[in-house]
Amino acid sequence: MSQNSIMPGFRLTIGFTVVYLSLVVLIPLSTLVFQSFRLSWDDYLHIITNKRVLSSFYVSFSTAIVAALVASFFGFIVAWVLVRYEFFGKRFFHALIDFPFALPTAVAGIVLATIFQPSGFLGKLLIDTIGVQVAFKPLGIVMALIFISIPFIVRTVEPVLLEFEASMEEAGASLGATRLQVFNRIIFPNVFPALLTGFALAFARGVGEYGSVIFIAGNLPYVSEIVPLLIVTKLEQFDIEGATAIALTMLVISFLLLFVINTLQYWVRKRSGQL
Amino acid sequence: MNVIQLPVNKLVAPKPQALQDPDWVRWSLITIAISFIGLFILLPLGLVIVKAFSKGIEAYWSALSEPDTLSAIKLTLITAAVTVPLNTLFGVTAAWAVTRFDFKGKSLLTTLIDLPFSVSPVISGFIFVLLFGAEGWFGDWLVQHQIKIIFTISGIVLATLFITFPFVARQLIPLMQEMGSQEEEAALSLGAGGWRTFWSVTLPNIKWALLYGVLLCNARAMGEFGAVSVVSGHIRGITNTLPLHVEVNYNEYNIVGAFASASILAALAVLTLILKTALEWQQARR
Amino acid sequence: MSILLSNISKQFGAFSALSNINLEIPEGELVALLGPSGCGKTTLLRIIAGLEQADKGRVLLSGVDKTTQNVSKRGIGFVFQHYALFRHMTVFENVAFGLRVKPRRERLDNETITKKVHALLELVQLDWLHDRYPDQLSGGQRQRIALARALAVEPSVLLLDEPFGALDASVRKDLRQWLRNLHHELNVTSIFVTHDQEEAMEVASQVVVLNHGRIEQQGTPSDIYDHPANAFVSRFIGQTNIFDMAEQDADWLQIAGLLPTQKESKIAHVRPHDIIIEKTSANQDAPATLKDWQHLGALIRLELVKNGSNANTPSVFAEMPNEQFKQLALSRGDKVALQIRQAHWFQ
Repeated sequence: MSQNSIMPGFRLTIGFTVVYLSLVVLIPLSTLVFQSFRLSWDDYLHIITNKRVLSSFYVSFSTAIVAALVASFFGFIVAWVLVRYEFFGKRFFHALIDFPFALPTAVAGIVLATIFQPSGFLGKLLIDTIGVQVAFKPLGIVMALIFISIPFIVRTVEPVLLEFEASMEEAGASLGATRLQVFNRIIFPNVFPALLTGFALAFARGVGEYGSVIFIAGNLPYVSEIVPLLIVTKLEQFDIEGATAIALTMLVISFLLLFVINTLQYWVRKRSGQL
Repeated sequence: MNVIQLPVNKLVAPKPQALQDPDWVRWSLITIAISFIGLFILLPLGLVIVKAFSKGIEAYWSALSEPDTLSAIKLTLITAAVTVPLNTLFGVTAAWAVTRFDFKGKSLLTTLIDLPFSVSPVISGFIFVLLFGAEGWFGDWLVQHQIKIIFTISGIVLATLFITFPFVARQLIPLMQEMGSQEEEAALSLGAGGWRTFWSVTLPNIKWALLYGVLLCNARAMGEFGAVSVVSGHIRGITNTLPLHVEVNYNEYNIVGAFASASILAALAVLTLILKTALEWQQARR
Repeated sequence: MSILLSNISKQFGAFSALSNINLEIPEGELVALLGPSGCGKTTLLRIIAGLEQADKGRVLLSGVDKTTQNVSKRGIGFVFQHYALFRHMTVFENVAFGLRVKPRRERLDNETITKKVHALLELVQLDWLHDRYPDQLSGGQRQRIALARALAVEPSVLLLDEPFGALDASVRKDLRQWLRNLHHELNVTSIFVTHDQEEAMEVASQVVVLNHGRIEQQGTPSDIYDHPANAFVSRFIGQTNIFDMAEQDADWLQIAGLLPTQKESKIAHVRPHDIIIEKTSANQDAPATLKDWQHLGALIRLELVKNGSNANTPSVFAEMPNEQFKQLALSRGDKVALQIRQAHWFQ
């Protein structure tokens, strides 16, 4: 290790950082890995290939992807409107964006459940008008995850739109491009890496989300039971082995997905000469 | 070319700005954005308030002054009071180490600091059960020495520490990276000591970002549900934090009670937003 | 294509950026819009392009009123000050952009586009960079790619906003000459904006001097230099000595051979090279003393102090060729006589 400057405190700060990181994060997290060594491969496969476990993985990942996609679409529009247009109450809406981030997930959970349950304000409306039940279905999970995802998308896209050079758009227009062509060929490709980051963050958060989902999900095995809930259920049944196997699998898949998305993003940036 | 005599154009010409989107596009997008925010953010916010007071203010007060609620509030405050200062200290130290020195494994360290963000809250709680639970690694030893961590406040604090670990560091690292260390080098070259340099040069520069990180860290510490729920054991009046108390009440169909506690947490969220916006304006002014 | 601007005015809030601009630019010229920063020159360029809309007045290209036409339909080529290259596209795709966004009926087939883009890249001598991204190019290279991109759509007018503003001094010199040659080759009506009078004089065939949103003078570089229309133009273009008759300079100027041509003429502007210096003997009653001098390459600039004046009166600057200065063999503090050959008088 080397120091690059006359700056003091290298040993002290690096020492504290590494020790604290190990105690609070690394050692606890590594127990999951070591604990899984106690399982034989067959036991592990047996737990993971259980139909209920597989469906919970399907529910968790599919709802997280759908929610992140929907939130990316609307989040992009919200960021666009907040950056580009002037309208009454803009600052108020701007401040509201972080609300899902600041609101404890349990509160978000009971609020969304109350809104979307069949007797709830929107739940009743949706059943009466288009016959769609939201709560206690995967759709309910998607709704909760959209709520959670909003700030991730808006807050990653917003700064890129803010810094976007207006002269690039003017150049496009002066070369004969229509407004739509300018958006499709110039603005969107430049914002896309940020949107992808936002999507990745929202997706990663969505897969692991617990508090805001369990109230609205109904938690029906095979239908609307998410992986984190299944881990809790196994724990409550003192099935440590089952919980470990599922938790480790989920952790590994999330890390892999993040890795894939980071690589994809690196590739997009590199391809567009931004690296 | 012929010189053309032109009548003076006295009318103010219409202004089709080169970059402006057509009105109908602008207004449709604004409508979509506002409806989306209204549906997913304003509506939930309004509902907490309406539901909390649905049986009148008295019912609200009696729900809040219940002993179990009060103990939940107390437990939540204690948890935040322990975890926020510790993680703040860590955040400042880690930011200093990462941004002021070059060393091998620096980018690995930065990645590891962010790690808790990508771990599901439930798993974050679970790993502490694996460590300190009755069947956990230190389970036997803890039982022999009559120490309980899981299902006590210690477990709640540990899980919250893990969850809120990156908040302060993550705010400070990009800022201090961008600032560079020239000002500190100047102070050191003028004969100031390390501590003096930190207090009178670094801290004033990072104070708004630091407060911002502390604010977010605190909001999460008080509001964490998943991780805490796994380690707490849901013992009423003893190991229920406010978010857990919301869940218990809700599952027992005590809607007013649930929303009364929820409204405190929602008020905390609103307060966080207000302070956050104020801090952003403060930073923008600088 | 010829350009005619009639009565163009533009306000930004309370600030009047342009007022009643009338300007005619014949086909094939290379025109410089010259003026200090904030004089409205960029705004005028953007109004011609259609990037900005004038509050009042009309823009005619080849006699056709294009005042309200959208920038994308005007058929102009615009080179932005910081180039505005599309950073997510290769150099090739940047240049091809204008050809690819044409409506399907007018669009060329891919093969023709490829040929055309390579031809343009060869014109700007950068075909070897065709698969690079803008972030991988130097400033001068970006500038030439931006130009190639603007030329791809075969514009009838080429507009350049401070084309050399963001470049190093040495690159700037080369590009000036290059732009002039390119203009000779293509002969497309071109307007560029600059605040650098040297650049305007060196590159343009016509110079339009702007100040405070008004046109001060329009003409060839030599017109403007030799016959400045007013005091602002005279001061802004090249070096000049200013003598105010009201400040008791009359007697002194008479000795130097300068007499007002008209009664109302009150201020004389004298170019440094219009002052002839002669050495005088020490005891002679001389009008000035040599204070200092600087080498400007082929020329020497002499700083003279008027004799009998106090410390606050500004120095007089004169210029002469190096050789001549050597022959005079002057040293600091020498008394000199001077003869003013020519002056421009303003009221």
